[in-house]
Amino acid sequence: MSVFLSSPLMHNIFAGFAQGIIYSLVALSLVIIWQSTHVLNFAQGAMAMIATYIGMTEIDRGIGYWWCVIISVVVGMTLGGVTERVLIRPLYGKPEINPIVVMIGFLGFLEALAAAIWTSTTRNIAEPFSQIYFKSNGHLVFLSSFVIFQIVLAMGIMLSVAALFRFTKLGLQLRASALAPEVSRLLGVRVSRMLTIGWTLSAGVGAIAAVIIASGNFGLFPANMDGIFVASFIAAAVGGLESPLGAVAGGLIIGLTEQFIVAYWSPDVAPLGGIIILVIALMIRPQGLFTKNTIRRV
Amino acid sequence: MIRVEGLSVNFGAVKALRNVSFEAPTGQITAVLGANGAGKTTLLRTISGLVSPQSGTIHLDDVALVGMATENIARLGVGHVPEGRGVIEELTVEQNLRLGALSSKVNLNEGLEEQYARFPVLGERRRKYCATLSGGERQMLAMARALIAKPRVLLLDEPSLGLAPQVTSQLMKAIRKLCETQSLTVILVEQNAKSALRIAHQALVLHLGSVVAIGDASSVADDEDLRRYYLGVVVT
Repeated sequence: MSVFLSSPLMHNIFAGFAQGIIYSLVALSLVIIWQSTHVLNFAQGAMAMIATYIGMTEIDRGIGYWWCVIISVVVGMTLGGVTERVLIRPLYGKPEINPIVVMIGFLGFLEALAAAIWTSTTRNIAEPFSQIYFKSNGHLVFLSSFVIFQIVLAMGIMLSVAALFRFTKLGLQLRASALAPEVSRLLGVRVSRMLTIGWTLSAGVGAIAAVIIASGNFGLFPANMDGIFVASFIAAAVGGLESPLGAVAGGLIIGLTEQFIVAYWSPDVAPLGGIIILVIALMIRPQGLFTKNTIRRV
Repeated sequence: MIRVEGLSVNFGAVKALRNVSFEAPTGQITAVLGANGAGKTTLLRTISGLVSPQSGTIHLDDVALVGMATENIARLGVGHVPEGRGVIEELTVEQNLRLGALSSKVNLNEGLEEQYARFPVLGERRRKYCATLSGGERQMLAMARALIAKPRVLLLDEPSLGLAPQVTSQLMKAIRKLCETQSLTVILVEQNAKSALRIAHQALVLHLGSVVAIGDASSVADDEDLRRYYLGVVVT
């Protein structure tokens, strides 16, 4: 058994899983924002990157890792709420392309700002758990405490997001506000508050993801979320944008595909993996693999 | 009671409502009649705060509604069933009803049971997505969703649109019964003047944004000129 677990095949599966779970985390934040506002936030990664810089550089001042994580998440949530109020709110009722364009511009602005403040040099942030692979009977098993932590965290967030939208009054109001703002207001739902809450929650989950990413081998630099955002966006689209389970499954599919392309073909073509999966998914189930109902206004 | 005084609404150069005044008494149905473009829907949307008037006032009892946010007007007990019904197709029947109950203080489970008793078909389909409902079922859901919050005022925009005549007549009877049993103030916008006048206590006829007649439903129904020129009812 332990020989099998340390085989190259299992190495690739575990490595793909570990990468995929990161995509899943970012994809979950995109599911929240889509479910609650029907906007796709292209600056999601950059906003989370800024939150990570602000929170995690506190480590330099001797503040403990987990406190810095909390600071990052609070900063991320605040940034999300403020962004909605200041940048997005004036665009309601305008063509749907407008928030997309504004957020792409905001992405560039945030990355330049981060480089100006903290330079473009990659910073390494101490990981909260060991990244040394486990050993079983003298054979390496390509899993570490850090990967287990990531998996548990992603599952926890997935279940929380699913529970939020399925079982809570807040989740129902968030969804209704995105689906039918006018009807929701006629029913007494405070739609503008819901939109702010949606951005806040989504940016909070994004910040958690960014902290985990920066804490791993990847490090923290102004553009560190760019590639991950693209893969996560594809993961969320493959999963259907409405399903937390779909976001996690989408992330894992993309992570595994990329890892197998790296292992059996070439690292240079790895980003193609996500695109191929997206094209196949759009051909088979354009509404997403995990979306129940087929109606979608885009 | 809803009291509207001197209400004018412009959309750019178009005058949608011109100096409209009327009272909708508590426990009565006020039918708002008129052809397409008469301003009927605009009137309801202005009462709900979705449209801001250029001038005029709207009072719910003693509370001024103009300038108040739509969601706050709804929370005061103004239920609005919009044109096209406005059920949220991506949600289930029960989720739509829960949404209707959220902003009021009613007990959710009691409210659901009451609505399922009133509209048994909704109980049967409570877990179905609304996209699968028929036109009549959607209308029932839209009504139930407004009623579950126990509103004081119900604004109904073309409830008979797209319904079979028999269903329309059942619906109208149900509205009348609700009005009487729950002392609900109902403002009923209808193109189907005949069926609306049958259940309404009073009627208001709008033409190009102006009130051309107001009075008892029976006197409006008996006025041959009104019927011929404004209501499109064939005089026999």
